[in-house]
Amino acid sequence: MQNPQYNQQMEFFVDMQRCIGCHACEMACAECETNGQESMIHIHYVERAVSVQTTVQVCMHCDDPVCANVCPADAITKDDFGVVHTANTSRCIGCSNCVLACPFGVPKKEEKAELMMKCNMCYDRTSAGKKPMCATVCPSQALFYGTREEIEKLRPNSTPVNKFLFGQEEVNTKVNIMMPKGSTELRIHD
Amino acid sequence: MYRLIQTLNRTAFIKATIAAFAVIVLVVLGSRNLQNFDAALIAYLMGAIFAVFGVAYRYSVWLQRPPTRLYWRRSMQFLFSRDFPFYFVRSIRLFFQNILFQRFIYHRSRTRWIGHFLLATGCLIAFAVTIPLTLGWIHFEFKPGNNMLYYAKVFGFEMGSFELGSFVAFMAFHALVWCSVLVTIGAVMMVKRRLTDGGLIATQTFEGDWLPLILLIAISITGLGISYDYTFLQGKTYQFMAVIHAVTVILFLVWIPFGKFFHIFQRLAQLGANLYRYEGRKRGMAVCPHTKEEFATQLHIQDLKEVSKELGFDFTLKDGSSHLDLSPEGKRAALAKAHFEARKNAGAFFG
Repeated sequence: MQNPQYNQQMEFFVDMQRCIGCHACEMACAECETNGQESMIHIHYVERAVSVQTTVQVCMHCDDPVCANVCPADAITKDDFGVVHTANTSRCIGCSNCVLACPFGVPKKEEKAELMMKCNMCYDRTSAGKKPMCATVCPSQALFYGTREEIEKLRPNSTPVNKFLFGQEEVNTKVNIMMPKGSTELRIHD
Repeated sequence: MYRLIQTLNRTAFIKATIAAFAVIVLVVLGSRNLQNFDAALIAYLMGAIFAVFGVAYRYSVWLQRPPTRLYWRRSMQFLFSRDFPFYFVRSIRLFFQNILFQRFIYHRSRTRWIGHFLLATGCLIAFAVTIPLTLGWIHFEFKPGNNMLYYAKVFGFEMGSFELGSFVAFMAFHALVWCSVLVTIGAVMMVKRRLTDGGLIATQTFEGDWLPLILLIAISITGLGISYDYTFLQGKTYQFMAVIHAVTVILFLVWIPFGKFFHIFQRLAQLGANLYRYEGRKRGMAVCPHTKEEFATQLHIQDLKEVSKELGFDFTLKDGSSHLDLSPEGKRAALAKAHFEARKNAGAFFG
């Protein structure tokens, strides 16, 4: 119904090393109206017993989303802007295929509602030219939403990477992860 | 036209044609060689046959997708196993819980559940009344020699009777009126959500979300118009009311296979997913190598590895294990650790 004013110059950049585990993004995420006031961002300790490292994870909006491919109900779709939308509520059968198949561990299953939900990059905001809630509140800029020129100025020693290798599988995404300068990919397992 | 023929799914076309012919055969049988068929409903019958063809075609195409096929096969395998009585009873319970009462929607939002329940109940009762009437399976006759006693015949067999002017007669003859009221209230509640919820406003589409509601309201209001006409206007506007109602209903029937209404048929898969989960738990849970906690059934993880491979995604690792062996939290941690290592190897954690 709405005429989306999606600014395709704007991109999402994540740098997990900058995450301080403050949970501000989690609170802000719950303000997103497309989530029905449920927080969809993941933030947790990586290995609490040995480290204080925390990580933050938004949906990476894959070019060829595994979640949509394994969905038996055709409930997940990717739009013309490359945004992979949360499950269509009338179709989702709550099977959890997407939850278990996503290589980034993003979708959440609301057990009682028998519904998968996930980050859709605050579509109510981004489709109106605004920034996603999480990126507007992140105090350490672990989550940044802006143009490529802006991030290059802010992080001259980093390179945005959107190619991830999980064993033999190469996954390309709309969302970038900030890597050491000159990197072209991130290999998850040795 | 050439493209349509080229992209035609042959298996689905054959199944849909069989389904449509089966309906025609059932019309002939159920109406006792058309003697009980109401010719005034011929346009509705055509719409219904098209809907059956379209739904069967789309359902068949849908079942050919690897993940859907897997769930379908597994559901049938578990249902028709030696535990049939248990799974059958469980399926019936789930049918009431999830299909007739849509309890899962209550956990999404109470108001939404009320709206959907009213709308769905109205539709289901209306289907139960109109489909047998349209197909000639049910009709009403006077008891011979008694023009006050009306009796219902199903497939030509007497199934019950009631007196004209009785409470039962009033309820039966106005069944569709009650359905229209339920559907209208439910649909208006849904319209209100779509007008006021910011998230829905951002993501909704006309054909996907608004058209179904408009059609349901149009059917209900024009249906009520027919009752209004014969109750208060002595049938003076009957032609107009009947034609406009038929147009809305036929549009609805034709739209069923293409739009949102197809979810009525897809929803049954939720029962299969439930049986799958239950059987999987019985067979054993998968433990995440990172969190050391159970997170899914082994059956599900194993099936998912095969389905994703079939779809062209191979997450097998060098040591023979799979990235899919990790729980969602384990996967996020693996990504974070890999990122940490990359930064560490570069000599600076920030940059």
